[in-house]
Amino acid sequence: MNEQKVLLIGHGMVGQRFLEALTARDTGRRYRITVLGEEPRPAYDRVGLTRYFADRDAAALSLLPDGFLEEHGIELKLGTRAEHIDRQARTVRTDSGETLHYDKLVLATGSYPFVPPIDGNDRDHCFVYRTIEDLDAIIAGGEGARVGAVVGGGLLGLEAAKALHDLGLETHVVEFAPRLMAVQVDDAGGGLLRDKIQDLGVTVHTGTGTRAIVDGQDHRHRMDFGDDRHLETDLIVFSAGIRPQDTLARECGLSLGERGGVMIDDHCLTSDPDIYAIGEVALWDNRVFGLVAPGYQMAEAAAAHLDGDREAAFRGADMSTKLKLMGVDVASIGDAHGATPGARSTVFMDQAAGVYKKAVVSECGKKLLGAVLVGDAADYGTLLQLCLNDMDLPGDAAALVAPAAGEAPALGADALPDTAQICSCNNVSKGDLCAAIDAGCHSVGELKAETRASATCGGCAALVKQVLDTELEKRGVAVNNHVCEHFAHSRQELYHLVRVDGIRTFEELLARHGSGHGCDVCKPTVASILASCWNEHVLDPALAGLQDTNDYFMANMQRDGTYSVVPRVPGGEITPDKLIVIGEVARKYDLYTKITGGQRVDLFGARVDQLPAIWRELIDAGFESGHAYGKAMRTVKSCVGSTWCRYGVQDSVAMSIRLEERYRGLRGPHKIKMAVSGCTRECAEAQSKDVGVIATEKGWNLYVCGNGGMRPRHAELFAADLDDDQLIRAIDRFLMFYIRTADRLQRTAAWRENLEGGLDYLKAVILEDSLGLGEELDAQMAHIVETYQCEWRATLADPEKLKRFRHFVNDEGDDDLVYVREREQRRPAYPHERIPVLEDA
Amino acid sequence: MMNEQWRAVCRLDDIEPETGVGVRLPDHRQAALFRTRDDRLFALDNHDPFSHANVLARGLLGSLQGRRVVASPIYKQHFCLDTGQCLEDEGVRLSVYPVRVSQGQVELLVEPSP
Repeated sequence: MNEQKVLLIGHGMVGQRFLEALTARDTGRRYRITVLGEEPRPAYDRVGLTRYFADRDAAALSLLPDGFLEEHGIELKLGTRAEHIDRQARTVRTDSGETLHYDKLVLATGSYPFVPPIDGNDRDHCFVYRTIEDLDAIIAGGEGARVGAVVGGGLLGLEAAKALHDLGLETHVVEFAPRLMAVQVDDAGGGLLRDKIQDLGVTVHTGTGTRAIVDGQDHRHRMDFGDDRHLETDLIVFSAGIRPQDTLARECGLSLGERGGVMIDDHCLTSDPDIYAIGEVALWDNRVFGLVAPGYQMAEAAAAHLDGDREAAFRGADMSTKLKLMGVDVASIGDAHGATPGARSTVFMDQAAGVYKKAVVSECGKKLLGAVLVGDAADYGTLLQLCLNDMDLPGDAAALVAPAAGEAPALGADALPDTAQICSCNNVSKGDLCAAIDAGCHSVGELKAETRASATCGGCAALVKQVLDTELEKRGVAVNNHVCEHFAHSRQELYHLVRVDGIRTFEELLARHGSGHGCDVCKPTVASILASCWNEHVLDPALAGLQDTNDYFMANMQRDGTYSVVPRVPGGEITPDKLIVIGEVARKYDLYTKITGGQRVDLFGARVDQLPAIWRELIDAGFESGHAYGKAMRTVKSCVGSTWCRYGVQDSVAMSIRLEERYRGLRGPHKIKMAVSGCTRECAEAQSKDVGVIATEKGWNLYVCGNGGMRPRHAELFAADLDDDQLIRAIDRFLMFYIRTADRLQRTAAWRENLEGGLDYLKAVILEDSLGLGEELDAQMAHIVETYQCEWRATLADPEKLKRFRHFVNDEGDDDLVYVREREQRRPAYPHERIPVLEDA
Repeated sequence: MMNEQWRAVCRLDDIEPETGVGVRLPDHRQAALFRTRDDRLFALDNHDPFSHANVLARGLLGSLQGRRVVASPIYKQHFCLDTGQCLEDEGVRLSVYPVRVSQGQVELLVEPSP
């Protein structure tokens, strides 16, 4: 075996990308890869770091796929720093005293935050902003603080300012240059940006240098600006640029740039042919690239070259960026400052609306060289493509930036050449997308999984969708979303047909709009649609044959064919007496008992013939069906809230009970979970639910489309500070709109991700009633609420329905069930445990 | 002599159209007896060979590419009602029991156990 030892120093975004690129090529396991990571956790999304302030969830930022290291036999040593490189011996010594041999070494050590040499910069409560640990320190430092200052008004500085602002601090930005974001925007754009940020309550001090930091009188620090100007603050965050983390390279004698950075060639090789450098530590053509996209391109080039592809090269990268800073869109493309000889600018500015746009055009007036957008970056995609592909302008340069009488000249995806780079983070061209579409990717999700387009910053998501739509149309592919062979309609269309034609049975729908006998796909789908619309009992004679076994027996089938029973416990609040009843029923029928994640109790092992008796006892004690068996609203989890908790700001239990009792029994395309938290500590985990509610001082914040499970998704803030009635109205409409438009078995998270127009569209429909559907949705929900009945209570009162609850039509019981006792309860025997039992019998 | 193996198991009215019922047979055997909406009757093993649970009577009825099928309620494999053949796995085929209605009684033809 000719195994090569590859040692990677640094497990950040670029390091991880290098691992993915190399392992993708290494099908024969030719490389034995070891990774040293100085931070205590594997690679995470540093670009999305500010999210951490909102959700404090480090795991959500992780970039390391589960099982990735094991699958590729990679050894990752976290919390381990490389201390010395011996190029002669080709070894690296770590701070744990270990010496590691390498054949090829890759430096992806990134950068460190530059802290200006100011007296007092090492005082307590002076921070930098780069790692999760830095953020934790800032959050801790924010306790008891009232004022915060950020030194540096660039991209990262403004992100840090947003974080301080969100922590509730009076926030100041201190920038030495005369404008904010000096690299990306011009004076006028910077001025507008400053106005908008000040409007949000952040004070901006441009043209201001800090001379010293000393003890403050009213606050922890005083920043002296000279000329008797000063600012008192409780904490300071330095975010004044980055410097390549090149100490290791310096000490082992690799060639560095005058101002630091490890010099690399087009293959990302350093002055030592066995050592590569990639990402922010690398200096290419005397430039350090402080964005992730060029770092990714270096990672790809280095991996390819290491793997023997001598052509693979990094040839510089476009530094265009688009971002949202404190809610303000800012974008910079190409030659933003008009530095190209002969370049001419066209500027549009609307101070009232807070919009600034500048297009930099070539001397001939036909090509776009660069642009600056502040306040409205909707044209970013179009302008970037014009610029990168050196395309002729579709019209007058002024039309690019001015809000013309009609629509701005849009650049159809069709007009782009195959070489057009659609996703700069992951270097995906239009040609790459087309190839993936030819290979069978027919949805944005599939394209994203296959090509990674829009997987990093998401800025190109709309363009990716556009390319997909036009290419599918060109190929004559009508995307088939038919429910099954019996209905040439999507779920959404069937829902519409049921509503409009007032259809109440499967037979009628099949006769009018389908064919054949139906199947196990369309029957439950139609049953669910009929329930969402008319809310009739699932066991009514016309409906019973459509129900999946769980709905048919109103219990959850387990692996041995018996069922589990879950009574509703609204909000998870239960009296001791009722808890005792559950315990007594479980003991009487020897049911395996487990607490669920939805704050209720699950009772396992009931035979179909036992279900009615069990429910008779539960209903007599005041319980009702929990609908754990349905594609229906399940539970509204809650924390104890202001009823007991010393931090609670609202009565989350009362609200969760109100919501659970309002939406109980509501059936939809899939199950629906909710939660209510009584304060921002979020103990009910509402942000992982389809509908999450978090109490604020003024009311309730509503979050939607979250998910736990296989593909977790954080819910998004949908509306803030709602009162009780506003909250319920918004949830009513949200749920009915979801039920109306989602696909079969599509949870709200997947529905939202496939929803054209995204969250803004959803807000417009639900909160602003942009489609004029509001009253209709309200009326539909009102019908569901009014017609609610406990399905079990109704069944127990109907001898015809009860007849179904037997295992044998010609005998009692079921003697083929075998159980094993474990931890004092029973569970079904596994096949290997059954054989001796049967033989004994 | 074949007539002697027909055994009455229930009345036709005991089975709701488009659903199934479990039937106890001699020697620990169980059948799943189905009545379709157009009043045809089918009987297969009740035992699901994939989950080893006796549950096929509780599966949903339907048709796939012209074949009448029942779907296992546990892992959703489809079995042809006429032949017992599993559509997802060529090597799996369930026993099929002939069914008839005689004077309102549903009867299954059951071979004696080997």
